[in-house]
Parts: sequence; C-alpha cells; structure tokens
Amino acid sequence: MANLVSVEIVAVDREVWSGDVEMVLARTTDGEIGILAGHVPLLGALAEGGIVRLMEEGGAETKVAVHGGFLSVTNEGVQILAELAELESEIDVARAQRQLDEAQGDQDSDEGQARVLRATARLRAAGQAV
Amino acid sequence: MGAQLRVYRRRIRSVQSTKKITRAMELIAASRIVKAQQRVAAAQPYADAITRAVSAVASQSSSDHPLTTTHENATRAAMLIITSDRGLAGAYNANALRAGEELAALLRSEGKEPVPFLIGRKSIGYYKFRGREVAASWSGFSEQPTYPDAKTAADALIEAFLAPADEGGVDEIHIVYTEYVSALTQRATARRILPLVVEETDEPAPDGPLPLYEFEPSAEGVLDALLPRYVESRIYAALLQSAASESASRRRAMKSASDNAEELVKTLTRLANQARQAEITQEISEIVGGADALAANGSDKR
Repeated sequence: MANLVSVEIVAVDREVWSGDVEMVLARTTDGEIGILAGHVPLLGALAEGGIVRLMEEGGAETKVAVHGGFLSVTNEGVQILAELAELESEIDVARAQRQLDEAQGDQDSDEGQARVLRATARLRAAGQAV
Repeated sequence: MGAQLRVYRRRIRSVQSTKKITRAMELIAASRIVKAQQRVAAAQPYADAITRAVSAVASQSSSDHPLTTTHENATRAAMLIITSDRGLAGAYNANALRAGEELAALLRSEGKEPVPFLIGRKSIGYYKFRGREVAASWSGFSEQPTYPDAKTAADALIEAFLAPADEGGVDEIHIVYTEYVSALTQRATARRILPLVVEETDEPAPDGPLPLYEFEPSAEGVLDALLPRYVESRIYAALLQSAASESASRRRAMKSASDNAEELVKTLTRLANQARQAEITQEISEIVGGADALAANGSDKR
C-alpha cells in the first residue's frame, strides 16, 4: 500500500477539502511540484489562477481551482491556503466562462486581471481548455 | 374622557410601539450573533494556518523584509479603527472609539503621529465632527463583512506601509477592534499587526517546534506574497469579531430598551387607571351634588 499524505485545503471563510491522498500536484511560482508522503517541510507561493490536483488512492483525481494561495508542507501533511478555492464539482462552467468573457474586456486594471485569473482557474479545474 | 387620561393613553401607545421596534431589533441581532459566530469559527482554520506559516518564515529567514523590520525611529503609525455603521448598540462604538483615542495618545507619547484609517460610519462621523484628518475610510459592511472588504482596507494599509514616511507612508500599522469574548463580554482592543510582533518565550510551542522549511521560490519571495495575505486575514478576522460584538452589544442594548419600555408601560397604565378612577369619583360626586341641589330646590318650591 502506498503511503498517503493528508491534505487540507483552506479558503478564507471555510475548509474546502480534507482527506488523505497519494500525491498532490500544484503549480508554484517556480513551476509544477508534486508532493508525496514524507516530503521535506516546504513553504511555497502558488501561481495565480492555477489548479491543484489531488491524486487519490485508486486513481481518482480531484481538481481544485486555487487562486492566490500558499502551499505548506509539514511532517503532518499538506496545507493549502487560498483566497479562493473551489472544488471541480462546485464550479459552474457556464458562469465561469461568462465571468472570463466579462473580465477580458477590463484587462487594463489590476482588478480585471485578477478576475481573468480567477475565472481561468475555475475553468481549468472544471477540465476546460483555456 | 378627561384630558389627563387621554394624555396617558397616548403615551402608553407610543411606548408600546417603540417597544415593538426594539424587540424586533433584539431578535434580529440575536439571530445575527449566531451567524457571525459561525463565520468567526469558519475563518479560524485559515487564520491559524497563515499565522503558523508567517511565524515559520519570519523566524527562519534572516531576510530584512520591510514588513518585518521594526523602524528604530518610527514617526507615523497607521491605526485602523473598526466601528459599526449604525448606532443603537449600547456602548459598542463609544468603547471602540475610546480604545482608539487611548492608542492615539500612546502613539503620541512615543513620538509617533497617528494616522487614522476608519471603518464604519460611526467612526467616520466621530472624526468628521472633530474636524480631524483621515487617511482613508470605508463603510457599509460592518454587520456582514466579506473578504474583499478586508482586502480593500488591507491594500490601502500595505501601500501606506511601503511608502516612505515623508510621502504619506507609515511605519507601523495598528488595528482597533472589538474582541468577541462571549455573548456578555466584548472587549475593545488595540493590536499592532505590522511590523510583526516577535514574541520570545522559553516555553515550547504547543504543537512542537516549527519544522525547518524549504522555500519556493525563496524565503523573500514567499514572505512577499505571504505578508499581505496575513494582513488581510488579520483585518478580516478583526472585522468578523467586531461584527459579532456589534450584534451582541445591540442585542443587549435592545433587550434593556424593551425591558425599560415594558416597565414604563406598567407605570403609565397605573397612572392612567388612577386618572380614570379619579375621573369617575369626580363624576359621581358631581352627580350626587347635583341631585342633592335639585332635591333641595324642589323641596323649597313645594
């Protein structure tokens, strides 16, 4: 049996997901990172508008849209802190697409860019090609 | 009906309708406390995790990040004061504002000029009435604060913190909010959030020493990204606590208002009854007197 790593995904106002997985795949500002059980303690800033993939035992995969977050690996497990975190199953694709279209018209401001990134993260997590 | 009685009845009616309003406000506040408490609890895991991460980076990196270094001779200190938008919450706003005044006095005694940032219409009104200069203010969300609200305030504060002192920047950030201790106790508190307060203790940390982290991309890079989030989460937590305290204070204030109204209605009803009785007695004695006079008249005629 493979070693499992316990994962907690915490958004500002709620705990989004917690459980044991085989591997966590995330994208930090430096690049993709995969975390297995027994990883050294690590603190990383996640890339904006990215997704985190949780590889569960038995091959199931859960995708989470994570925007503006951190990854903290300790001996106890992995914690992902995010301003916005949404599970694949919670995302309304049509709405996210609409948000992306709206936000793209307003790319000049910082806020507009953040909205584009948020919508992109949602769409990626929902399995849409962006 | 006598004039006296009519006046009492009118006052009873007016007190009763006031009581209905205060009673409704009490119930609304009571239901909001529960919701606010749930939101405080829901935000706790994030706040804990981010505090842990920040203390890990701050204690391990030797980096002189501007957000963690204490200025030797700080000249300006921002203070974010959180009050409510509406009154009718007992001493809630007065306490928060007093804590703000105390903090301002303390900062002045340390040779720092306080720079007020305000949240809530009540504090804005207080500062405006006194003609004081305010760096920035926000209102309209005191009862149901959201994370973007906290972010807006945090962005302004961090921007001021990173700017040099002679260009309107500040060297410290303090926050004044009302801590929700229990439904009966709320405490107005002042905390410094930046530069980070490093607590040195000999006691071991409750969950063991912090592990030696690796950083990605780098300690500075992580800290750069982490600290603004930390400030946001601190402000968000303070907003949520203040919202819970506001509702608790309002519930208490409205409860005593309803109780007082009830007491008043009771007293007024007694007075009204007395007036009515006096009126009846007077009428009887008038009738009896009249009848007697008529009887006396009649016997004279016969």
